[in-house]
Amino acid sequence: MTRLRINGEEAEIAAATIAELLVQRGIDAKARFLAVALNGAVVRRAEWPSQPLSAGDTVEIVRPLQGG
Amino acid sequence: MNDPLLIAGTPLRSRLFVGTAGYPNQQVLLDSLEASGAELVTVSIRRISLDAYAESLVDLLGGTGRYRLLPNTSGCVTARDAILTAELAREALETDWVKLELIGDRDLLYPDVEQLVHAADELVRKGFVVLPYCNEDPVACQKLADVGCAAVMPLGSLIGSGRGIANPAAIEMICTRSPVPVVLDAGIGTASDAAQAMELGCDAVLVNTAIAKSHDPRHMAAAMRGAVDAGRLARLAGRIPERDFAEPSSPQLGLVGT
Repeated sequence: MTRLRINGEEAEIAAATIAELLVQRGIDAKARFLAVALNGAVVRRAEWPSQPLSAGDTVEIVRPLQGG
Repeated sequence: MNDPLLIAGTPLRSRLFVGTAGYPNQQVLLDSLEASGAELVTVSIRRISLDAYAESLVDLLGGTGRYRLLPNTSGCVTARDAILTAELAREALETDWVKLELIGDRDLLYPDVEQLVHAADELVRKGFVVLPYCNEDPVACQKLADVGCAAVMPLGSLIGSGRGIANPAAIEMICTRSPVPVVLDAGIGTASDAAQAMELGCDAVLVNTAIAKSHDPRHMAAAMRGAVDAGRLARLAGRIPERDFAEPSSPQLGLVGT
């Protein structure tokens, strides 16, 4: 288990990569309009399966919503 | 009149930009966007719910190909967060365009100009087409243009206030001097405000709350469309000079009884 901060919340996750994290969270990694940042830097979609996660990492998973 | 607005070399078919927040329901939003004739529509970038991911309206809008989605950095109070939000938006929406918002006061939603110019400079260097929401301040607008912003978007009055254009002389001055297109953003309350913005020389108007929170958003969207067209036509036609005294419009010769 790896301790991460995901979208502002601490979580213990058994995921080694961004792609595995998305699957565990029930997020379809093939869905359009998703973006992920790791420790303040965007991780391109093509790198999700290979990008490793380490204890203490901060992950942001975002999507567009209504806005002005 | 039919000359398209060019932003960063991209022609836009409508000079009315519309926000997508706060409509009573999804159908009213879709109908209102249709009635507005807008091509450029704004969206926000937010953390997804970790409990359940469902298709959002934005997935729907982005999938139609009818609208060009303009992501904003609303709510950001630091340049760092705004830059990351813009980069996430670029990845999520595959667009280099960003409406840059950097808020300096949560009650007023007033821009933090110092950080705004800094973030705009960074984002332009990273290849973004930056449209900053900014003060109605000719110097701030000039600085934003100087760092390479593709347009400037001065506020008419506070976001969501519906108070119209508080300082028309400043907006007109910005329009006269700006080397990049000027988009009036924030404060529009009703159609005449949008027409006034165009009459003052603005190249486009961005409206959200005035449409979304009206009693009939579909009709207000159509009204805004007409107002932007009317204001643009009036600007191009040129208003008459103001006079101190009456000037009769009917001929003064051949009056009955003289």
